[in-house]
Amino acid sequence: MATVNVAGHDIDVNEEGFLTNPAQWDEEVAVQLAEQIGIDELTDDHWKVIKFLRADYADQGETAQLRRTSTMSGVGTKELYVLFPKKPAKKMAYVAGLPKPKGCV
Amino acid sequence: MTATDEKPGTDEMIVPKFDEGTDRKLCIICSKGTLDMAYPGMVLGNAALMEGIEVHIFFTFWGLDIINKKTMEHLKVTPVGNTAMHMPQALSPLPGVASFATHMMKKQIEELGVPPIDEFLQQIADAGGHMYGCKMSADMMKLTTDDLFDGVEGIISATDFIELSEGAQIIFV
Repeated sequence: MATVNVAGHDIDVNEEGFLTNPAQWDEEVAVQLAEQIGIDELTDDHWKVIKFLRADYADQGETAQLRRTSTMSGVGTKELYVLFPKKPAKKMAYVAGLPKPKGCV
Repeated sequence: MTATDEKPGTDEMIVPKFDEGTDRKLCIICSKGTLDMAYPGMVLGNAALMEGIEVHIFFTFWGLDIINKKTMEHLKVTPVGNTAMHMPQALSPLPGVASFATHMMKKQIEELGVPPIDEFLQQIADAGGHMYGCKMSADMMKLTTDDLFDGVEGIISATDFIELSEGAQIIFV
């Protein structure tokens, strides 16, 4: 849809701004994506979630929804809502450079 | 929108509008206590929370079974009178059929990665969802807050619920 410049890299994104090619993502990109949505600092817990999502996507071929992330990443539901406020599932997928999760729960 | 770094060959930055639509408020009334009718309210309430929407769930009449500690893990689905289960209706009341249907549904729900009721209620509470028992139903069934799931904020009257649902969208299940 569009090619934008994030942290010095040319990145392909869809009409909403989500990355369309997860391979173009790296940690510097994550930092800027997070800043753009109001997360000024990525803490160890943020990284724990992001790394889980990246690994799970590589394994499963789809983005983990909130339930899967809360039970498998070691970061619980309450904490996910603190780390990625209001829309945790979409925000963490965005920062991790993955498509929006499709699951319902 | 954030401005791009103006590097040649790149388009203007697109940032998802995550704050859009988060000023909504949703109230869900759960009035039924079968397994199949417990999940719609849970799934919709949880989905709304994941979208940053304020959620209040009111459990009334048989819906109280969903938050009653004694019954919440034992909700059942019955094929009796339920044509959507596509089995001969004459067989549906036979002993064991409801247990089998319940077993099957629980298994399918688990396979989808959807939590059992008690864990689902906890997830909703952890996400900041508000849950209440209905006073008239609790009085009828002689239940107090001690009998209800810990994440339930209290037992409130119908008028309390009408007050707190002001300006909200309401879903009745």
